[in-house]
Amino acid sequence: MPKFQYAPAPESRAVVDLKPSYGLFVDGGFVDPQSGTSIKSTSPATEEVLAEVAEAGAEDVDRAVRAARRAYDRTWSRLSGAERGKYLFRIARLIQERSRELAVLESLDNGKPIKESRDVDVPQAAAWFFYYAGWADKLEHAGLGPNPRPLGVAGQVIPWNFPLLMLAWKIAPALACGNTVVLKPAETTPLSALLFAEICQQADLPPGVVNIVTGAGATGQALVEHPDVDKVAFTGSTAVGKQIARSLAGTRKRVTLELGGKGANIVYDDAPVDQAVEGIVNGIFFNQGHVCCAGSRLLVQENVAEDVVDRLKRRLATLRVGDPLDKNTDVGAINSAAQLARITELAQAGEDEGATRWSPACELPSTGYWFAPTVFTGVSNTHRIAREEVFGPVLSVLTFRTPDEAVAKANNTPYGLSAGVWSDKGSRILWTADRLRAGVVWANTFNRFDPTSPFGGYKESGFGREGGRHGLEAYCAH
Amino acid sequence: MPTDASAAERSGRLEVRKTYKLYVGGAFPRSESARSYEVTDAGGGFLANAAMASRKDARDAVVAARKAFAGWSGATAYNRGQVLYRVAEVLEGRRAQFVDEVSRGEGLTRDRAEQTVDAAVDRWVWYAGWADKVAQVLGSLNPVAGPYFDISAPEPTGVVAVLAPQRSSLMGLVSVVAPAIVTGNTVVVLASERRPLPAVTLGEVLATSDVPGGVVNVLTGRTAEVAPWLASHMDVNALDLSGAAVAEGVSWSALEAAAAENLKRVVRPAGTGGDAVEPDWWPTPGLERVRAFVETKTMWHPKGT
Repeated sequence: MPKFQYAPAPESRAVVDLKPSYGLFVDGGFVDPQSGTSIKSTSPATEEVLAEVAEAGAEDVDRAVRAARRAYDRTWSRLSGAERGKYLFRIARLIQERSRELAVLESLDNGKPIKESRDVDVPQAAAWFFYYAGWADKLEHAGLGPNPRPLGVAGQVIPWNFPLLMLAWKIAPALACGNTVVLKPAETTPLSALLFAEICQQADLPPGVVNIVTGAGATGQALVEHPDVDKVAFTGSTAVGKQIARSLAGTRKRVTLELGGKGANIVYDDAPVDQAVEGIVNGIFFNQGHVCCAGSRLLVQENVAEDVVDRLKRRLATLRVGDPLDKNTDVGAINSAAQLARITELAQAGEDEGATRWSPACELPSTGYWFAPTVFTGVSNTHRIAREEVFGPVLSVLTFRTPDEAVAKANNTPYGLSAGVWSDKGSRILWTADRLRAGVVWANTFNRFDPTSPFGGYKESGFGREGGRHGLEAYCAH
Repeated sequence: MPTDASAAERSGRLEVRKTYKLYVGGAFPRSESARSYEVTDAGGGFLANAAMASRKDARDAVVAARKAFAGWSGATAYNRGQVLYRVAEVLEGRRAQFVDEVSRGEGLTRDRAEQTVDAAVDRWVWYAGWADKVAQVLGSLNPVAGPYFDISAPEPTGVVAVLAPQRSSLMGLVSVVAPAIVTGNTVVVLASERRPLPAVTLGEVLATSDVPGGVVNVLTGRTAEVAPWLASHMDVNALDLSGAAVAEGVSWSALEAAAAENLKRVVRPAGTGGDAVEPDWWPTPGLERVRAFVETKTMWHPKGT
């Protein structure tokens, strides 16, 4: 099949006005950190330094938590739900107004393709604020009792895979319920959160309601363990989630954890194959596979496995890997050198353990962090690539013969975040979905998200739900 | 438990005493350790020798609970509701025995013990009625911005280890066990250490009420000895620490920390700060305890022709 040639179609960077360095956003303004240290945020596609951001120390975190407490006591908890909601509506509108700027910045800092930041991350972030804005004055209808009350100050720590969207998932419901927040964006992707801080200023959000402290793991730990934080919300790895759960044991802090996954994507022999192939691609190569709910294990029924894998390979050969700012790019850069090393190591383990490795022929840029879309066939449940979260564009293909075997293999993991089912038979889909121990089951689709739709894990993928009416429970005392 | 001695003298008949054993997997074994401990009434008088469960007993109970999970969670909600209502019927039939055990164990007047047992039966009925309503109240149809059918529904978390309240040996016990099993979870419950007898009798009720073996497993013994094995067990999905309040030698924060190893859902004991207190079990509960042991599953499907 001839491969079409595409002319470069880069999105303009001119829309983004980056400062050389950023302080912490505390009490409504940008302040220099008392820690005096900073970290560099780089573009993973070019390794170019984009900006320096402060690395908040314990004293900086304390200052932010105190600002959040003051704002909670004096302003935010006294405001009516309707007024809180109006601030959130304003923020939603500002995100929409500045959407291209946010999208370009996100692709620069994270490495994800502009078509994803432009069409998924940013519009979804706006939608989250819009959705929870409307809840702020309706909480008594949320099924959490007649008078749900806010918890106080929320400490929120988010990952680098969807920087702005995860910020929206955390901040929108917290504020709608009347809490104030201190949020720590990921070390490698702090810039969209700092732009969001400007949006809070433009919205005239009262000082201290939202505070952004940039930094690495130690900053997050200081925030989570701060004695005046009432609620901890974390999205990230299962290993860190367990540390947080341990460190909060014996306290009265409320916790929600959205952690890792090893999602099974089950393809039955009666599945609409071409749609399934699109779903498999979307399931594991969307966002370079940096997705906690990725469909990283393809479970395909044995009698159609060869056909499905052949079609999958043909489809992967058409994926365009490269410049995240190019509008035709399908797969962008791996977010960091550390993540690239992790993916490389696990892929090597896949080879060493006897699975068959395949990637389409694709030219990778010479600078930056890149990993070609990779498919492993002949994978068994005991292989590391079938058990461990790769968090990269690596798909493990396993086969099954019966529906019972598919379910058993799908559930054979300590994780339980997502799963997919592909079949044209409704009763089989529902039978399968009932038995999958996973918080989100996509049937004949994959990687769909919506602010009205609760999302979260079973088992070691964490607890609590984000999105929908269920998402309010994490931020209300009831 | 010996009944009033004077009653025995009046009848001129030697009563047949009950042996209080564990309830695991639908059977009533003694502890594999063959240990027992003396249970006394509120005044210190001898009531019975209860089995002193060991780590092995706790593990056996978890195995039994796991084995029962597929069947119980897979039963229809209507069926679970009927079975739980049947439990209330049998509880009511054993009213006199429970009144006796509660009044002696907790040192209550007969009137107060009767009220307590009645309230416990009513509490069980209250939860039984929730079986086929929880999904409607906690679930949702989600109006997503696209051509998709999107629905969220609660499912049971799995195997729940419960430390039963130390003071309220029946009312408290019912208030923690019923909300866990009504949605399809299976339970290993560690009875009140000093007042374990109503829990064993409840096991006898469950055994004769169409509740499948293994759905509820009752252990008696030292809370401080057994609880850590349940808290750290990797095949337990959730941990209710209500009974950590006023339990001898028990640190609920250490148990919660152990539970983090496989991210168990944890219900902390009532109280503030590090303190744990046993709450008043009498007010009608909300759905907090039901909600604590369910997972929300969201399912998407495209719409189209």
